[in-house]
Amino acid sequence: MNKHFAGDTAVLLGRSLRHIARSPDTIITTVITPIAMMLLFVYVLGGAIRTGTGSYVNYLLPGILIITIASGISYTAYRLFLDLQGGIFERFQSMPIARSAVLWSHVLTSVVANLISLVVVLLVALAMGFRTGADVLGWLAVAGILVLFTLALTWLAVIPGLTASSVDGASAFAYPLIFLPFVSSAFVPTESMPGPVRAFAENQPVTSIVDSLRALFAGQPVGSGIWIALAWCLGILAVAVAFAGLIYRRRVG
Amino acid sequence: MDRAGAAIRVQGLEKSFGQVSVLRGVDIDVARGSIFALLGSNGAGKTTLVKILSTLLKADAGRAEVNGFDVGRQAAGVRESISLTGQFAAVDEILTGRENLVMVARLRHLKNAGTIADDLLRRFSLTEAGARRVAAYSGGMRRRLDIAMSLAGNPPVIFLDEPTTGLDPEGRLEVWRAVRELASGGTTVLLTTQHLDEAEHLADRIAILHEGRILVNGTLDELRKLLPQATVEYVEKRPTLEDVFLALVTGEKR
Ligand SMILES: Nc1ncnc2c1ncn2[C@@H]1O[C@H](COP(=O)(O)OP(=O)(O)OP(=O)(O)O)[C@@H](O)[C@H]1O
Ligand SMILES: [Mg+2]
Repeated sequence: MNKHFAGDTAVLLGRSLRHIARSPDTIITTVITPIAMMLLFVYVLGGAIRTGTGSYVNYLLPGILIITIASGISYTAYRLFLDLQGGIFERFQSMPIARSAVLWSHVLTSVVANLISLVVVLLVALAMGFRTGADVLGWLAVAGILVLFTLALTWLAVIPGLTASSVDGASAFAYPLIFLPFVSSAFVPTESMPGPVRAFAENQPVTSIVDSLRALFAGQPVGSGIWIALAWCLGILAVAVAFAGLIYRRRVG
Repeated sequence: MDRAGAAIRVQGLEKSFGQVSVLRGVDIDVARGSIFALLGSNGAGKTTLVKILSTLLKADAGRAEVNGFDVGRQAAGVRESISLTGQFAAVDEILTGRENLVMVARLRHLKNAGTIADDLLRRFSLTEAGARRVAAYSGGMRRRLDIAMSLAGNPPVIFLDEPTTGLDPEGRLEVWRAVRELASGGTTVLLTTQHLDEAEHLADRIAILHEGRILVNGTLDELRKLLPQATVEYVEKRPTLEDVFLALVTGEKR
């Protein structure tokens, strides 16, 4: 690895973080959908949904956090696309910098921005009555899973960021990701779903991640589900990094 | 030999985009510390050539060396040696002018990035605007910042792709002054331009790129001699470069 990798990534990370600090609306637009959904589900639909546990906010929050990440990462595709369009990408490529620093700085920016969004959503959830029995270790595990999931989805977002031919194309890919939680255990228990849907719901990544987060928040043992959740995150991450790297190298030569 | 010889050496360079063959065997040598102007109509391939020399594009055939480094095999060495100001301003709109300069200075791994930034702001009359976001800059200010960003770290070879397009006369003169200063300090400058008077005023050597090849390459005086004698007698003034250009380019088509 290039000896300048860390330094160059830090400089470019500083640049993107300034972008976020100067347009905090990107954080607001990221959190508005998940918060609206949380309000809708808890105060409008929640009464009719039987989840078996006590508080529906407690049941709902893990899925809402997943939706927050899914809507936040589309900004990575958007920012990357703008860099490519604007010519600054070519300036960076013609400079003696570590080649991968350009991508990593966008990915780390996404992690920071998503963590801020997640904290905002969490604070709203607390105001709505969310309570957790998680200890410090439990919180660390929650943070670890969320960061890992953010990394995996962000690298996925790098792919449309590098290949899209329009701004809309760059960010549109996130919509299906936002809806993945609906066909999972995020809002209603999977037992209530008809056969094939249930089979899909129980075997897609969101269910294992949501179930693990729910157990961690409740201070209960996570069981083997957490390994499935981690395997999904690492698997998506590995595949996305490989593809994004391939496209990037083809693009920059 | 290379130290005293050519800073840029291009031999038989070819590049096509799909069916469109843009460069069909380009040869140029640019002497160290000189200003070389590349002229050509829209779509002649000037930007394509500059992108190949700055390692952004790969050539299909031929050789190109910058500062002794092969652009294909020693891209990292080329990037250490060059700086590119592309045809369209490559500045960060959300950052301030000063932040843009500090960023490139850091990316060039220079110490005292702040001092370098302040110095460049002064040289390009941007000190006042340095603390403002680039989004609020005029086109000319943006272009000046763009060029200033390329000078951080004093790379030995500089590519300027249409550096004065969109600048007012004053801005152009400022850029011309900066380019002359660079060359007198030993920097090699390759610039492309649509403004023939710009090449006339600035360049030590001028080449015309037309239909994928270098049509002519020489000093202004050498190019002037290319015009048929009859025309020279007919006009009262000495022919401008524009006359030469138009005669050569349209003559070729006929
Ligand atoms: N990425 C690309 N894909 C396909 N064709 C391209 C690409 N880049 C350039 N071309 C084509 O190559 C030709 C030369 O383009 P280039 O930009 O090098 O010309 P130029 O001399 O810089 O023109 P201008 O004066 O308008 O800037 C044009 O016909 C252009 O359409
Ligand atoms: Mg051009």
